[in-house]
Order: sequence, then structure tokens, then C-alpha cells
Amino acid sequence: MSMSKLFESELNVVNVGLAMFEEDIAAQGATVRTLDWAPPGGGKAEVIAALDKLENPEIAAKIAAANAEAADRIMNAKPMLVGFGRAIDVVPGMTATTILHAGPPITWERMSGPMKGAVTGALVFEGLAADLEDAARVAASGKITFSPCHEHDCVGSMAGVTSASMYMHVVRNETHGNYAYTNLSEQMAKILRMGANDQSVIDRLVWMRDVLGPMLKEAMEIGGAIDLRLMLAQALHMGDEAHNRNVAGTVLLFQALAPALLQTGFSTAQKKEVFDFIASSDYFSGPTWMATAKAALDAAHGIENSTIVTTMARNGVEFGIRVSGLPGNHWLTGPAQKVIGPMFAGYKPEDSGLDIGDSAITETYGFGGFAMAAAPAIVALVGGTVEEAIAYTHAMGEITTTENRNITIPSLGFQGLPTAIDVRKVLDTGILPVINTAIAHKDAGIGMIGAGITHPPAEAFEKAILALAEKLA
Amino acid sequence: MSVTAVIKKNSYFDSVSLMSISTKANGLDGVGQAFVAMATEMNKGVLQNLGLLTPELAEAGNGDLMIVVVPAPGADAEAVIPQIEELLTRRAPAGGGAAISYRTIAAAAQADPGANLAIIAVNGAYAAREARKALDNGLNVMMFSDNVPVEEEIALKALAHGKGLLMMGPDCGTAIINNVALCFGNAVRPGPVGIVAASGTGSQEVSVRIHALGGGISQLIGTGGRDLSAEVGGVMMIDGIRALAADPKTEAIVLVSKPPAPEVEKKVLAEIAGAGKPVVVYFIGGSEEAVTTAGGTFAASSLDAALAAVRLTGLPSAQAPATDTAHIESVRARLTPEQTNIRGLFCGGTLCDESMYALLNAGEEVWSNIQKDPEFVLGAADPSRGHTFLDFGDDEFTNGRPHPMIDPSNRLARLVEEAKDPSVAAIVMDFVLGFGAHEDPVGVTLPAITEARKIAADAGRHLEIVAYVLGTDRDTPGLAAQTAALVAAGVTITTSSTATGEFARAIVREGIKA
Repeated sequence: MSMSKLFESELNVVNVGLAMFEEDIAAQGATVRTLDWAPPGGGKAEVIAALDKLENPEIAAKIAAANAEAADRIMNAKPMLVGFGRAIDVVPGMTATTILHAGPPITWERMSGPMKGAVTGALVFEGLAADLEDAARVAASGKITFSPCHEHDCVGSMAGVTSASMYMHVVRNETHGNYAYTNLSEQMAKILRMGANDQSVIDRLVWMRDVLGPMLKEAMEIGGAIDLRLMLAQALHMGDEAHNRNVAGTVLLFQALAPALLQTGFSTAQKKEVFDFIASSDYFSGPTWMATAKAALDAAHGIENSTIVTTMARNGVEFGIRVSGLPGNHWLTGPAQKVIGPMFAGYKPEDSGLDIGDSAITETYGFGGFAMAAAPAIVALVGGTVEEAIAYTHAMGEITTTENRNITIPSLGFQGLPTAIDVRKVLDTGILPVINTAIAHKDAGIGMIGAGITHPPAEAFEKAILALAEKLA
Repeated sequence: MSVTAVIKKNSYFDSVSLMSISTKANGLDGVGQAFVAMATEMNKGVLQNLGLLTPELAEAGNGDLMIVVVPAPGADAEAVIPQIEELLTRRAPAGGGAAISYRTIAAAAQADPGANLAIIAVNGAYAAREARKALDNGLNVMMFSDNVPVEEEIALKALAHGKGLLMMGPDCGTAIINNVALCFGNAVRPGPVGIVAASGTGSQEVSVRIHALGGGISQLIGTGGRDLSAEVGGVMMIDGIRALAADPKTEAIVLVSKPPAPEVEKKVLAEIAGAGKPVVVYFIGGSEEAVTTAGGTFAASSLDAALAAVRLTGLPSAQAPATDTAHIESVRARLTPEQTNIRGLFCGGTLCDESMYALLNAGEEVWSNIQKDPEFVLGAADPSRGHTFLDFGDDEFTNGRPHPMIDPSNRLARLVEEAKDPSVAAIVMDFVLGFGAHEDPVGVTLPAITEARKIAADAGRHLEIVAYVLGTDRDTPGLAAQTAALVAAGVTITTSSTATGEFARAIVREGIKA
């Protein structure tokens, strides 16, 4: 828009800073919109300096190319569900005494209540401890290897606690050849991943290990691979956002699995148990979509010069992100935040544990909180109206690189998912990614008490931009 | 524990909605604990944990809705149930299409490809960055922000120049683009005169005078006050001249500025020859010879500039209103011999400048916060002495407060103060109307004017109050209403910024003579 063009056009103003100018301009008949402006980088000078360094045209061009590549890899990844297997058999680096957990690395001593509850429960389940008290001693003994799921091609819902004999989804990214793994849904509120660990929890894990897992494994061997990206796209068209709402996704997944489940060698009574179990909670496919996202995002990790976020994960104490251009396990962290939302009767906000779980991998891919506009049925989670849900998806468009042409949102005119979170844009806009998630009780042994939304701490992104500026500029 | 449970068979509600309803139900009077959920195994498990699972509830199925209430001590659960059922039927209002807001210029520009100009009015520490984003997104920029380093201004103007975009400012408060006044500006007739101005109220004055003379404005391009400094080099004024030269709707160009750096003045005047249309130059205190040699039309005052512009664009016989010499005589006759000083209390910097120069050019000594001569500089805390002319829009006076065109409180207090000084013959004020300005600048000042006149009258003196109202019949409030209110309060009205200075000088000259 050069000056001479300006004089020949209708004046159309972007107003930044003083809202009072808007009214006068509008009264004169010109188009004007006032930005919802805030100082970039929270006004922190070192963050702004880092952003400015990366704006050097030569560097910016390299970043643009790298980010386009990262976004393409996320969108082109074709995650296929190819099987189920015990962690010890399928997960890289797994040992009989390894416990994987959600989020960035953390020691036993620093773990949150729900994660400690899950770890002790898992140690009892694996026969590594006689009871919960003994399990706490074992966990502290130094004989157990604790490691983040994310560092083993895995993701783990909530506490993410994964032990050797638990059955895992096996997802293969057909485009790039990498694998991703995740645990099976335990379906209820009082479950291991939420920090519960009484006998009913252990009994369920045993049944999952002895019946559900093997039956799913056999079914996949009979039925063959399932295209998860396609199924995810269908689920979003049916009103899921595939993080907190999985009604459609679970039905679609079950529809695909059912014929093969019927053909397995298990008894009819066992098959009915499995069918009942799947029907007992809409969440059954939740972990499946997490592994789908993980398989795609791992393919986009480690691209030189890229400022795209490839991991967002929480361990209940810290929120960690990884960025494509900072390869390997370079975690940038800040404190885990509160989750705000409706709670089960009898529980109050002060009972809540802090944000926990690898499930934010769904938002990292572009669904979950990012696809709220696809799931008007869960607007109660964000406090009210369908417009607010749509506004969240629009806002996420401001911090992402592109729209995913493969997975669309009908109500937004089939706009694609907001895809490839750019650290620079998060800091430029001050818009933090929105995450839909569950709330676990802060103490070990209780379980899920609500659901809501949360955001990462800005610190994680600030650390990331400083590291990127140092590396790239 | 008494538990009241209602089961609604085959009533499906989304689980998240139900959690939200549960939360609201727990806030109802008379509720100790409430639980509203579908009777799934999971939810029944939660009730079991809470000790609320009655045998009846245990029998309920997936498609059944459970309403479970433990009443508060002394409350009746049966009375609460209907309120919870009410929550279930309440709906959020259907969408009215809430406006989408954007956080960044890039996002707004991407969403609306028609966007073509950004107004930047953020803290000076962030302003340059936002302006750069605007230019990078192809938007022209008007930067209202000040306190932007001069190196940033130079870099931004170079960037804009390379892209063929306007970079108006920093510290640019007035522009009219495509007949839309931006920030501080007046409603003036569209017409053939284009203005490029380094001073905000100076350009408002020229545009309003052109309107009053029957002319009109094509574009008013602000450059920011530092554009004609040696460092910046007049980049925006030169680009502005070229843009107006190329604009078919502009027939004559008016340049407005405080005195430019000499080498910059030379560069700017050199543009006149190539403009292909008449250029009127009003550089306060500038050299007539330099302008004439360069092929421009020299203007000694803002009124001269407006007159020249309208005469060059189809109104050759336009005339300024005549000075009311009889009125000056009558004022002079009412003053005591010691009433020899003028006090000027201004909102507009250029208006203050122009009146102050009317006295200075007549050989008078003038103290001011915007004096070039350091010997005559007066601070905001200093009392007035001799002829004192104050620009209340200067940083020292605003000191974190809004501009006096918006918040007049500083000036009101000073007005009453000046009235107590027996050496004061007249107080001269400006009232700026238009977009961005106070909604009733005269109304808010009238009580102080009345008080000032009473102070003088009680002391047996006549105090002449002279006002110039900068505005048009199209402004809100309009020129006529604001002027009438002042006249009713006994205030003398001048017809232009230039005439205001002349009136002040005439009173002083007569006074000295007497």
C-alpha cells in the first residue's frame, strides 16, 4: 500500500494503544479496529532484544524456511495405529525397574502428590514393592530409574506413570518412519494416572495387563493398521476437540476395533468385559490421540533454525516445552499452573493439584484447546458461550504458523487446525497456548476431581527465545 | 447424612455442562453439597467415594441424569431441587457474533487485507517496534507516541521511504487522510489544498482557516516535530511533498513548520521546483527570500498561509476578517496605567508560538516555557513575570497528565492565579475543538473565567480576556456554540491564531503609549 494507493483507497485503520481514537475515526465513516495490545515479551527488555535479533532479515528467512518445514512435517505425518504391546517389549530404553512419568525430568523427592501416588501404585502393581509404604521406600532407594515419557518416544496422560508390564498403543508415522507409544485409558476418576492407588486401581491394572491389553494386541494383528489422522479429522467433525471431549473418537475407534476384537481367542465373557470397559467412559480414545500427536511432532523436532514448539508437557511441578531448533532433550521450564474449571461435587479449588500430564501434546499439534471451536458442547469448560470457544481457536491462530489442511473445523468454514506454535509469536502477542485438561487431587490416592483450562507459564517461552537468539543470531 | 436424589430417566446432558451446573448448584442457598451428573459407572464411582451412592442411584443407568443434594443444616433439599432443574434448562444467549480482536498488527493486517494505516500510540519504548511491524505489513504509519530515540525515527523513515509508505511521527498528533481526521484534527471541507506539517496545532490552524475562508483540504500529512532537524533531514516532509505533487486531487501544497535546520530547509525548498503545483511555505520566522527564490509562496503567518492557499485554488478574492480597531481602543481606555502585561495560557504549542512572536517581533520581552532565548525561559513552577506565554501542552506542564486539550485543570488554576496580578492587562487563551479534544473546552473553563473577572472587578480593575476558538462549524461541539458561550461571559473573540497575536500586541502597544 503505497502513499498514492492510500489516497485512492478507503481509509482502513489499525489502531494501536489509545482506544479513544477509534470512536472518532469510526464516526467519520472509516473502518477502524483497535488492537488488544500488550507490550511484547511482557515488556521484558532481554526478551524484546532476543525477538529483535531474530528479526534480522537473513535470520528471519532461515527461520521461516525451517518453520515451514516443521509445519509440513506435522501436517504430513500419517500416524497409524499398528498394534499394542507391553512397555518392556516395545518402548525404547524400557527396563523392569524403569518408571516413566509425564513432563520434564523430575526426581522422586520433588514429585507432586498425584505423581507420587501413581509411582507407588505402579511399583506395587509391578511387584517391585509389597505395599504402598514399601513402595515409597523403593522409590527413594535409588534402584528405580525415573525418566520422562517424552524421552522414550512416549506420552503419558496425567501423571503419565508407565511401568514395564503396562500395555501401550504402538503408533507408526508412515510418512517419516518414527514410532510413538502411550498407555491405555483406565476410564474412571479413581485411577493410577490421577494419583489413586488403592486395591481397586491395582486390580484394574492387572485386568488391563491380562485381558484388555492382550486382546487389543491380538485384535490389531487380525484387523491391521488404523489411520488415526483420518479418524481424528472425523472426530473433530463430530464435535470432539479430542482432549477433554472424546465421545466421537471413542465410538469411531471402537467401531474400527470391534470386528477384530470379536475374532480374538478370548472368551465371550472377557470380550463383554472389554466392550463394557470401553463403553464405561468416553475417554477411551484420549490416549490414542495423544500418541497420534506425538508421532507427528517428533517428526518435526530437531530442524535447525526452527522456532516451532514440538512438546508441551507438565509433571505437576514444572511445565516444560521443547522447541524444534533446540534439538534433543533441551527442556525449557517454568512453574506448573493452576487449572481453572468446574469441579466434581465435594471438591474445592484448593484441593486441586497443579497442571500435570503429557496430554498437552494435543494442543501442541493443534487440537484440544486449540480446536475448541470444533466442540461447542464443551463450552461450559471455558465459562460459557460458543463465541468464547471460537475466540480461543482464533487466538491460537495468532501464535501458530499455518492451518492444517488435513484436519478442519466445519463451524469455521472448514478452517484447518491452528498448527505449529511459534515461540516468537507467543512472546510477540502475549497469547499463551490454551490447554484443556483434567484436574487431579493434589494429594496421592484420590484421583480426578474436575476439568478445566490452563496455560503454560510465560517463563518457558522466554527461556526458549533467549536460547534461540543465542543459537541462531 | 440425609441425601435427596432425583433420577431423570433418559435425560442426556454433556458431562462438562453438568460439571459446570454442579458447580453452580453448590453455590445455591440451602445446599450443603450437590452433584448433578449422568449415572455412568465413573460418576457413580465418585458418589461411592463421597458416600452418597444410594441403592436407587446405584441402579440408575448411563442415560439417566442424577441430581443428588445434601442439604445445608436446617435447609430443605426438596426446595433446592427445582432451582437445580432451572439451571439445567438455562441456556447461554445465542451467538451475536462477538467481534474478533487481534493482538498484533500482523494478525490484524492479515485478517483484513484492506487495512492501510496504523496509528501507534503506545509507550515510546515499544513504539518503534510496532511501527516497524506496521511498515513490514505494508501499512502507512501515524505515530502519536513520543520519547522515541531519533535513531529509531531515522531508521523507520528510511524503511518507509524505501517502501513508499507514510511514516508520520513520532510525536505526530494531527493528520487528515482521505478526509478522515486522525487523533487531533478538525472536521473540514474536502478540497484542493494539501498540507504537510511538522507542527500539530499549526496544521490544525491552517486547515481550519482554509475551511473558514471557503476552501478545503485534500490531505494533511503530519511529519512529527523532529522531521526538519539536521539528524532526520526532512525525509517525511520531502516524501509528503512528492506524494501530494502526484495526487490529482491536490492543487496547491502548504508546508507548516517551526524553523527548520538551515541545510534541511534548503533541501525541502529545493523540492518546490519539481512539485508542478504552487507551494506555500509557512516556516515560523523563516526567510521570505529563500522561499521566493525557490519558487514558493512565502507566508508570514498561519493566516497568510491559509489565504495564499485558497487564493491559489479557486478563491482569488478571499479576505481575512478585518481587525476591530474600535474594540481595541475601548479595551485600552478601560485599563489602569499599571496594567501593561499580557499573559498567554495556551493548549496549542504553535498557537502559543505565533502569539508570542507577535510580541517579540514588536520588540517586547516575553517569558515562556518555549522561549528559544534561555534568558527568558520560565519553568512550570515559576510565577509569571512581564509578558508571559505558556504552552500547557509542553512536557514540563503535562508531567504524566493528559494533554491540556483533554484535561484543562492545570490551565484553569493558572487563569485564576493570573487574575490576581494587578499588572495584567489581558489574558489570552486558545480553545481547541475537534476530534480527540475535550468534549466542551469552553464550558469547563467558564467558571474559572467568571472567577478571574470577579477577582479583578473586586480590585477595581478591568481584566480583558481574549479567546481564540480553533474549530469549525462541522466540529462537535461546533464553533458557533462555543463562541457564543464565551461572548456571553464577556470574553473577546479573535478570528484566527494570527489575529490573536496581533490583538495582544495592539493592547500592549496602546498601553505603553498611554
